[in-house]
Amino acid sequence: MTAATSTPAAESAGQPARAHWQHRLAERGVDRQLWLLTPALLFVVLLFLYPFFYGLGLSFQPTEGRPFSDYARFFSDAYQRATIWTTLGLSLPAALLNVVASVPIAYRMRGRFRGKRLVTILLVVPITLGTVLTAQGLLNFLGPTGWFNRVLTAVHLTDEPIRLIHNYWGVFFSLIITGFPFAFLLVLSYLSGIDPTLERAAATLGAGWWQRFRVVTLPLLMPGLATTFCLTFVLAFSVFPSAVLVGNPAGETRVISIAAYQAAYEQYDYPYASAIAMIMGLIELVVISVVLFARTRFYTGSTGGKG
Amino acid sequence: MTTGTKAFSELRLEGVSRRFGGHDALRDLDLTIEAGEFVALLGPSGCGKSTALNCLAGLLPLTGGSIWQDERRIDTLPPERRGFGMVFQNYALFPHMSVRANVAFGLRMRRLPKDEIRRRTEEAIRLVRLEEHAGKLPGQLSGGQQQRVAIARAVVLEPSLVLMDEPLSNLDAKLRLEMRTEIRRLHQSLGLTTVYVTHDQEEALSLADRLVVLRAGRVQQIGPPQELHTRPANWHVADFMGYRNLWSMRVQAAVDDTVAVERDGFRLVGDPVGPVAPGSEVIAAVRPEDVRVDQAGATTNAVPAEIEVVEYQGRELAAEAVTATGVRVHLRTDRRVAPGDRVTLSMDPQRLLVFPGDSAPAAGPAAGAALLEEPGLVG
Repeated sequence: MTAATSTPAAESAGQPARAHWQHRLAERGVDRQLWLLTPALLFVVLLFLYPFFYGLGLSFQPTEGRPFSDYARFFSDAYQRATIWTTLGLSLPAALLNVVASVPIAYRMRGRFRGKRLVTILLVVPITLGTVLTAQGLLNFLGPTGWFNRVLTAVHLTDEPIRLIHNYWGVFFSLIITGFPFAFLLVLSYLSGIDPTLERAAATLGAGWWQRFRVVTLPLLMPGLATTFCLTFVLAFSVFPSAVLVGNPAGETRVISIAAYQAAYEQYDYPYASAIAMIMGLIELVVISVVLFARTRFYTGSTGGKG
Repeated sequence: MTTGTKAFSELRLEGVSRRFGGHDALRDLDLTIEAGEFVALLGPSGCGKSTALNCLAGLLPLTGGSIWQDERRIDTLPPERRGFGMVFQNYALFPHMSVRANVAFGLRMRRLPKDEIRRRTEEAIRLVRLEEHAGKLPGQLSGGQQQRVAIARAVVLEPSLVLMDEPLSNLDAKLRLEMRTEIRRLHQSLGLTTVYVTHDQEEALSLADRLVVLRAGRVQQIGPPQELHTRPANWHVADFMGYRNLWSMRVQAAVDDTVAVERDGFRLVGDPVGPVAPGSEVIAAVRPEDVRVDQAGATTNAVPAEIEVVEYQGRELAAEAVTATGVRVHLRTDRRVAPGDRVTLSMDPQRLLVFPGDSAPAAGPAAGAALLEEPGLVG
């Protein structure tokens, strides 16, 4: 059988017959099955790449000034610039809390136990609630006359209702409620990818539960936690509806997407809105790069589990 | 954190039981292990041998019984305070740590001084001959090397007891033989007390000082290898120890230490193991290597048969023959027999063991326990 070798070594060794071009292409993974990618490629090009590059082009065509003047305008305006810190101030702690809170819960949930399915459903159900529904619930629950404040005043913990909506905390809670199920499901699947025998082995070697977690499980879980953090961060960074509904969109929760929205639909300045959207993407990219770079410092190979 | 690596003179399991739901995975395991002994728990999958090992390691709580290290009760201690070393079937090496860090793990958990950790780690790595691989991650090693790391990781703590859960079953045949010798060598040179779980009777026979055969969660027989090999306590043990020929027959006559059995004109004389009364249903067992082919002068247990299947096995042939009455006989012979050959088979009555059948009064669940009470079977 003449193998489809296309390595230079094999050819210089004087192999007589060169393999057929179809074999050589197949060796590089090029064959007719590639046509099956067409629908997906079309989808990506039409719905993602085209709008992205259209927006990118638009951001360099400001209504007045040079190509970069909309970017300069955003950064020179302190009111606009502040939206970056407002958004990071919401999304970074929310993403961090989602990941950190998921770990102990997922850790307890990885074995088999009675009622596991019910608990999973309860933890994951907020995914099915829209942001608007969540906001509505928060307004009722955490509002000045909501259950939360009524209980607090009834047991005399406070005399005045605590303000938890129409400010930072309202948006923060909303981000936790919508982001936690994602983080939890991801962390759970990463955790079940770690062979439970490793911890048993650590136990027989004299490691207590905290050492087993810290020295064996956590280092193996860290790459998964980094990925989970990135995903929940991106979700939280693009927060818009809850920032308007349960936040204070004119003040402390004026996030960057509100700035883009106002540019596009209140001032009808599409190039400026596109520039803000590009800045938004750039910041996300920077945060993700930092996290993924840190991720490379951990072991990312096989962890022997069923995942 | 206590180290628990204290010397002891014996480890006692008293009525150790483990139930899963309504199912007895292990029932009333009584076993005394002397210091320095190599004990193998042997049985088919699902017999409770791994359950027993996990109970011993503390990875599985007991549902009955107790475990004693001399006068100290240890079954209530968590695994990290028992100070036993364990080698797992899938090695369970920490994939993010180098070979050196894996071996040092237990010493680190014990918070020993740094230079002692380094010294003992290097020593253990040298013991399993992995010096040039000490800096590698487990994923870069072959299966045999990984298992050697796992063994080094367990023995570096000088544990009072080493537990091995089918440590060789993921290796190929050649490596398995090599590692078997390695384990025996380590056991002898370190004088470790070892409990070894396996489903491979050959492995157990060659490694262990004493074997514990389990079936369906119950002990069938405890004894040294020779005893299990030549004198299984019941037909289940015989089946497991390589008595491939098991014929269910009826007792015609029993005189002293010989018994005549028969089924459809197929008549044999054998050695009774346990109570066999005339008329009772029994099982006659003989190893393939104890069936002789065309032996001159053989008159007892001589049966004409026709060779049906022949497997080449190097110096010997494994063959299957059928008698005139349709009984299948597995045999091993160095004669060059071929399918279709008509031969005369014979069996030494001393090597043909006759066991009570399962329906016989002495058999069934109580049989194992009854047999254990015979002197010499319990160590």
